[in-house]
Amino acid sequence: MDAMLHISTLHYLVLGAALFLLGVIGVLTRRNVVVVLMSIELILNAVNLNLVAFSRYWGGLHGQVFAIFVITDAAAEAAVGLGILIAFFRNKETVNVDEVNLLKW
Amino acid sequence: MLDYIKSYLTSNLTPGSAGNMFWAFVYIVVIFLGLSVAVIAMNWLERKILAHMQVRLGPMRVGPHGLLQPIADAIKLLLKEDIMPAEADGFVFWMAPIFVVLAAFTVFIVVPFGPTHAVTDMNIGVLFMLGVSSLSALGIVMAGWASNSHYPLIGALRSSAQMVSYEIAMGMAVISAVMMTSLNQQGTGTLSMIGIVQAQQAQGIWFIFKFFPLGLIAFFIFAVAMVAETNRAPFDLPEAESELTAGFHTEYSGFRWSLFFLAEYSAMIAVSSIAVTLWLGGWLRPFPNLLTGAKWDLFFFLFPGITFLFLAGMCFYSTVRMPKHPLFRIQTIGLAGFGVVLGLIGLILFIPAVRERVQDIYWFSMKVAAFMYLYIWYRGTFPRYRFDQLMKVGWKILLPMGLGVLILTAGVGLWPLIQQTIWNR
Amino acid sequence: MAADPTNHMEPVATPFFFYLLGGLMLIGGVLVITRKNPVHSALALIVTLLAQASIYLMLYAPFVAGVQIILYAGGIMVLFLFVIMLVSIERSQRERQFNKQWVVGMVAATALGGLFIAVYTKGRGIFPEHALPAVEAQNTQNVGTLLYGQYMFAFEIASLLLLVAIIGAVVMAKKRI
Repeated sequence: MDAMLHISTLHYLVLGAALFLLGVIGVLTRRNVVVVLMSIELILNAVNLNLVAFSRYWGGLHGQVFAIFVITDAAAEAAVGLGILIAFFRNKETVNVDEVNLLKW
Repeated sequence: MLDYIKSYLTSNLTPGSAGNMFWAFVYIVVIFLGLSVAVIAMNWLERKILAHMQVRLGPMRVGPHGLLQPIADAIKLLLKEDIMPAEADGFVFWMAPIFVVLAAFTVFIVVPFGPTHAVTDMNIGVLFMLGVSSLSALGIVMAGWASNSHYPLIGALRSSAQMVSYEIAMGMAVISAVMMTSLNQQGTGTLSMIGIVQAQQAQGIWFIFKFFPLGLIAFFIFAVAMVAETNRAPFDLPEAESELTAGFHTEYSGFRWSLFFLAEYSAMIAVSSIAVTLWLGGWLRPFPNLLTGAKWDLFFFLFPGITFLFLAGMCFYSTVRMPKHPLFRIQTIGLAGFGVVLGLIGLILFIPAVRERVQDIYWFSMKVAAFMYLYIWYRGTFPRYRFDQLMKVGWKILLPMGLGVLILTAGVGLWPLIQQTIWNR
Repeated sequence: MAADPTNHMEPVATPFFFYLLGGLMLIGGVLVITRKNPVHSALALIVTLLAQASIYLMLYAPFVAGVQIILYAGGIMVLFLFVIMLVSIERSQRERQFNKQWVVGMVAATALGGLFIAVYTKGRGIFPEHALPAVEAQNTQNVGTLLYGQYMFAFEIASLLLLVAIIGAVVMAKKRI
């Protein structure tokens, strides 16, 4: 019970791991591209949570700086991913990942 | 308990910084009530001012000069049937207005009405305000999508595109003002709302006049972007009534619609208070460093009371001019009573203890009120933009201007340092 | 907002807010990967993101929390919703939601979960009960100093990445360039 009530770094790490797992499940099992992209955001967020928790643990700010870089990366990824999605939808009229099984059409 | 409450009164911190939950709660309630009253007043004023701009009279029936019209409107809205379209997505439809209102009201916890008159002083104040007010775009998208109808969906798409585009130009303008706060001995700026106003006080200049005309251009960019950000005329394409009926809230009625209304007006007040804090010196009275001394202090201290007495005088003037018909007797008495109340408030504001506490709030609210009038003025004068024009203004004019101002501000701010290094060589 | 980010005071009731926000995050995450309608998924993701921003505040990272709100919740998620509304979802809602290799995927995810559990149960003693005391009130300024000092090169690379992303997104999404 005592371990439950004192929030240590480990608690944040476990939360991050759970979020990471949810993201992985989403990426591996869903068909809809939008949801897959959102699951990737979940994964990136889990990583960010770990980074910030470690930054608090070590008392430095390097983890937070890295988290900001990850957020920047996520923005770039979302923009390009959604751009690809729109091009894809325009050509194939579908948003399912497992229907992209041709290199050229 | 009483000591706990009293202990805050002597401190010169915001309740959040002092860690005093009681006063933080009091401030939240006061701000919430004040905001609701301000929105009601804005409703009446907007209809009246627009009417007078178009040589009409506006609301005249309910109460003297339509003063009770907003209350009548509110009662009407609350009593109306709350309709939810059969094909709507129930939960999202229900959540959207609540989300918008929450986003619009949450930003007010960092608005500095005075050096101590804010719920809390955040290290990331401006960032927090911009971030949370950008959340209302999500609420609007939710509303438009959940209605499952064409006009709301198009309104929501327009709104999200517009808000995302103008946020960037807005951010550039804000950063150039935030950079100006770093021109001090330590060379570190601040994002805290109170810190920004204090920086203006320390540098002895409002940031709108700093590095003329750079501050002015940044302010102009913000002033345009904030109109687009709040979906107001001339950028009110998401709710353009001639094209989209009412835009994203077409399917909403009654209480939910009034929540959207409340959120729109409080968002206007919120962005105006960002502009006032960043460029117009926040709670500082005019010329705080130039016109000093007891005489000038007294002169500026008297303003709040004089304003209320002036309003009371207007009421009495209108009372005299009321038609002397028996049908108008109740209205005449009501107006006179309203004038008496305003006059009494004005007299209370002359008490030294009160006027010293109130004057920060007064100057802040007056500056925000000027912006509110500007909003109404825009609506009365400018024709609505077309959507491609709107995007063009945002991306091709305001954004490059913002980038230019940002770089120039950095260059001018660093100029003494550059000069020094060149001379020392 | 749940926790007060002004750094000269301890956040109140840390366990309560941790479990509340952590629970919200996990519920949001589960909804993201199980909802049929992508708009619902996106809204659940917004809940997760906002709860995470509050957790950042509890971890004395107000600047990251602000960036999280303004960039993730206010920017990226609006983009997501915008695109979901552009591509029609009527048809895809009636289709199968999970792909054919979902069994393999679940097995892989379970293995990963087992790995996590193993690591964290083994490594329990490594982390002390309490983290280091509060960092400082100058969080934003220090993050800025780091970004423009030590991480200057990474910062420039990130700006280049964003430029590439802008061009890529325009090239991909535009019908005719």
